[in-house]
Amino acid sequence: MKKLYSLPAAICVLLAVCGAWSAGAARREATAQPKPAPTSRMDGLAAWQQVYSVLTHPRCINCHTATNYPQQGDDRHRHFANVIRGQMGTGVPALRCITCHQSANADSTGVPGARGWHLAPLSMKWQDTSDKILSSSEVCTALTDRARNHGLDGPGLLKHHTEEPLVLWAFHPGRSIDGTMRTVPPLTHEEFVEATRKWVAAGMPCPQNK
Amino acid sequence: MTVTINPATTHQLSRRSFLRVSATAAGGLLVSLYLDLPLPAQEGAAPKAKAYPPDAFVHIKPDGKIVITVNRLEFGQGVQTSLPMVLADEMDADWSQVEGELAPAADVYKDPIFGIQMVGGSGSIAHSFQQYRELGARTRAMLVAAAAEQWKVAPEQCRTEASVVRGPGGKSAKYGELAEAAAKQPVPATVKVKDPAQFKLVGKNTRRLDSRPKCDGSLKFGLDLDLPGIKTAVVARPPVFGGRVKSIDDKAARALAGMQDVFEIPLAKGTGVAVVADKFWTAKQARDLLKVEWDLSSVEPADSGKLWTQYKELARTAGNVAVVRGDQKGLDAIPAANRIEAEFEFPYLAHTPMEPLNTTVRFDGDKAEVWAGSQFQTFDQMAVAQTLELKPDQVTFHTEYAGGGFGRRAVIDSHVQREAAAIAKKLRGTPVKLIWTREDDVQGGYYRPMFAHRVEIGIGADGTPAAWRHVIVGQSLVAGTPFAPMLIKNGVDSTATEGTADTAYNIPNFHVSAHHPTPNVPVLWWRSVGHTHNAFVMETLIDELAARAKMNPIAYRLKLLKPDAGKLRRSLALAAEKSIAWRGKLPKGHAWGVACHEAFGTGVACVTDVSIENGRPRIHRATIAVDCGLAVNPLTIEAQFQAGVAFGLSQLMAKGAITLKEGRVEQRNFDGYTPPYMVDAPVAVDVHIVPSTEAPTGCGEPPVPVISPAVVDALARLTGKHYRSLPLTAV
Amino acid sequence: MESYKLTVNGQTREVTADPGTPLLWVLREELQMTGTKYGCGIAACGACTVHLGGIATRSCVVPVSLVGTRPIVTIEAMANDPVGRVVQDTWVAQDVVQCGYCQSGQIMSAVALLKSTPKPTDTNIEESMGGNLCRCGTYVRIREAIKAASQKLK
Repeated sequence: MKKLYSLPAAICVLLAVCGAWSAGAARREATAQPKPAPTSRMDGLAAWQQVYSVLTHPRCINCHTATNYPQQGDDRHRHFANVIRGQMGTGVPALRCITCHQSANADSTGVPGARGWHLAPLSMKWQDTSDKILSSSEVCTALTDRARNHGLDGPGLLKHHTEEPLVLWAFHPGRSIDGTMRTVPPLTHEEFVEATRKWVAAGMPCPQNK
Repeated sequence: MTVTINPATTHQLSRRSFLRVSATAAGGLLVSLYLDLPLPAQEGAAPKAKAYPPDAFVHIKPDGKIVITVNRLEFGQGVQTSLPMVLADEMDADWSQVEGELAPAADVYKDPIFGIQMVGGSGSIAHSFQQYRELGARTRAMLVAAAAEQWKVAPEQCRTEASVVRGPGGKSAKYGELAEAAAKQPVPATVKVKDPAQFKLVGKNTRRLDSRPKCDGSLKFGLDLDLPGIKTAVVARPPVFGGRVKSIDDKAARALAGMQDVFEIPLAKGTGVAVVADKFWTAKQARDLLKVEWDLSSVEPADSGKLWTQYKELARTAGNVAVVRGDQKGLDAIPAANRIEAEFEFPYLAHTPMEPLNTTVRFDGDKAEVWAGSQFQTFDQMAVAQTLELKPDQVTFHTEYAGGGFGRRAVIDSHVQREAAAIAKKLRGTPVKLIWTREDDVQGGYYRPMFAHRVEIGIGADGTPAAWRHVIVGQSLVAGTPFAPMLIKNGVDSTATEGTADTAYNIPNFHVSAHHPTPNVPVLWWRSVGHTHNAFVMETLIDELAARAKMNPIAYRLKLLKPDAGKLRRSLALAAEKSIAWRGKLPKGHAWGVACHEAFGTGVACVTDVSIENGRPRIHRATIAVDCGLAVNPLTIEAQFQAGVAFGLSQLMAKGAITLKEGRVEQRNFDGYTPPYMVDAPVAVDVHIVPSTEAPTGCGEPPVPVISPAVVDALARLTGKHYRSLPLTAV
Repeated sequence: MESYKLTVNGQTREVTADPGTPLLWVLREELQMTGTKYGCGIAACGACTVHLGGIATRSCVVPVSLVGTRPIVTIEAMANDPVGRVVQDTWVAQDVVQCGYCQSGQIMSAVALLKSTPKPTDTNIEESMGGNLCRCGTYVRIREAIKAASQKLK
């Protein structure tokens, strides 16, 4: 008697049966206990792209520089008055970040503010020394590298994105010295937190390509 | 022209000058020198000199304190110390008892050469040195006469030192004790000034008299003035120069607590809206809330891009001739390999003195009082009087200390004072302080004009320029003003060509011409005026020629300078000598550059040690030599040159340009128009003064022209590039 | 308009001002303390520098509503401050000033530097003083005076 199926075909059938079986199992599980479906890698990557779009917006990336100075403005030019990073990212003795930046926006004078204004550490740079924004994969890798990100795990990152005053500031950045309101990232803070949550739930996947 | 000071020169009072002396009620002595000089010609007839009452130059108090009145604004240059030094030295005063004060506006304080009360042209010492010497000598003579009379001895038997007259037999009397009697003495018609060898103060490093109050916050600048009931005003000005108010919606503005009034006022050109309040912050906020519709229909919107196109085209044709010698025909015959054709661009520059512009005026109907840090008291006083329909002698004009000027406080149209007076007129009886915010200042015009140069040089066989054709394009500063007859010849404003037309280099076939376009941008002299761009062109091209001739740039200059360019030769030689040690051992990545230039009678040479850091020139050191004739206060001179070169580097700053787009100035504040900070200035500057007994010349502006070319000459050696377009955005 | 209790040079001062009024203008116009200067209004020049809670602060951009209880120290208090006095004396001895308008801010910044870094290197000086503008250009003498002051403050 001749074989009716090739081996690969047989494997496909086997996988399909397994897939159907596991999907069925998941459905059985779902009906058994109301647990959310694990976020797929694909969804996680999509969520990451949303997170990345916020991180690389000027309100965030202006303080995530690779240089010894912050940037300002939507054109991300070097911050005026020669302000620099200093050893702790808080400036230098007579020219600290808090020399000008107070704990809240000063709309009457055009200076942004939030508690603890300072530069992100160099390990959290999201651009290179020529001000070129790093790729999605590079930023993702940096963000998830616990040696670089002050030991934050997924929940830690989510908490950071939810509560950190400087992160919150980016979404309510106040009025600029020319009288105009500063532009905000492409998501609201709530959307940003939700995207982070999704991404963390997916296991913080990073895109492979450069 | 050099004037050698002869020892013990006697000076005759001319019939047009005389001395008025009076005793003060408090027992002091007031001495004043009244010079009756005509004002510069205005539209034909020379006006009669006004007879203002004489004011004091020296006030000796009974307790021995001596207050010397300085006939110029003190705005950093140190004149409120150096002119009193001169007078105190001739007077043999105890320097520790001397204070300087700034003269109010009055005829007696007019600049002896220019005939108006002013500071500028680096002329404080140059023009008033002899004047203050004679004042001091006369004062001394009268004190001696008083003592001699009391002691019944001959004046020749008395000598003076440290505020004491000493007579024969051990007699002595302090100046403070003698003051009243001295005031009654006849004023000597002739006076002997000292042999310079006898100077006790002049020529010595003397610390400034105004340092302490400037360090403890107690010195009041014009902006700090407070008077009972004073109001503060800001003005909304049209976005394009010369525009007019069409309509004002001031409802929101007036609603702020502390608001006084909102009304239209005339500006130098066009109209604006004055906003008056109890406090500055209220006025500023109110102005932000103003909705003004502007009529811009009749004013030309200047545009930098369009102007460059126009200027560069004009530079390709000869303009009005500034100077011509020799024959230009040969230039066109010289092959390209032996020619340089260079085009240069210089943008508009703002002065941005640290203290924003301000003036306070109180109008009382039949008189007025003004407080301003003014470089141009005569003009400003007249302008206030005109605006208030008063005579100038009905306007009391106080000169306040100013936080810098650099020419911005010397404006022929006195526009700031006119605005303040117009506001004070409406607020009759109430003093009002007009403040220009920094934004108003950066955007308000009165810039160093933009300039385009086109230079064609035919190089001779020996590497020196055989022929030189030079066209300069840029606005005239003085056309249509009282200074025009003095400064415009053959259609050429010399403030545009100085530094090139009068070059000390020996260029046999030389043709310099100028075009003066008239875009709608108010312009003004900016510290060292035409030398700012002309020295840059000359000193970079000379350096290029030296490089092509494979000659040391210092040796090349010494070869090319005219033999009688004494000050330049001496300062260049001294700078070379003082820099040879470090020039010989520069680290890798460093290069040295040199520039020399004479301006306002002072010769300066500057050698710089430059490297490139983070894409910018890093100036590790500048060695400067200066020949300014007799150095009255070497400490002031050192300070002027150390600091003046930092000012001069404004021209190289990456964000050091004012640009206009469709009539609107694109920069707003120091974020967009950025002057040099500490990192942009030389780390160290050593200054060397050529010993001299010639008449003193100024040091206010001479530091500025040399530094930019000296730095760029070094950069050129590092990179091999030409830098002909300022500011330096890329190195 | 709100009332604020401010601690200025050790004294309690009560002012009434619009909450958005910069501390600079409260000092200058409510308290008539004109030693602190207005140079630009956007914190680009440093002429307005005071010490707020011990930190060099640019008062032109700090609204009075954000000052809180932090003590304010101005140039007027430097003569009575051990570091301030030495800095002022050195400034005078070394003829640092020209027009002087920026020098209140320069001195306040220099004092903040020396209090934090008593033996500053050339780099420390350039970094901390790097945001203070001097249009006259007295930077060379400022550098030298800070070094001299630091020597005196052994």
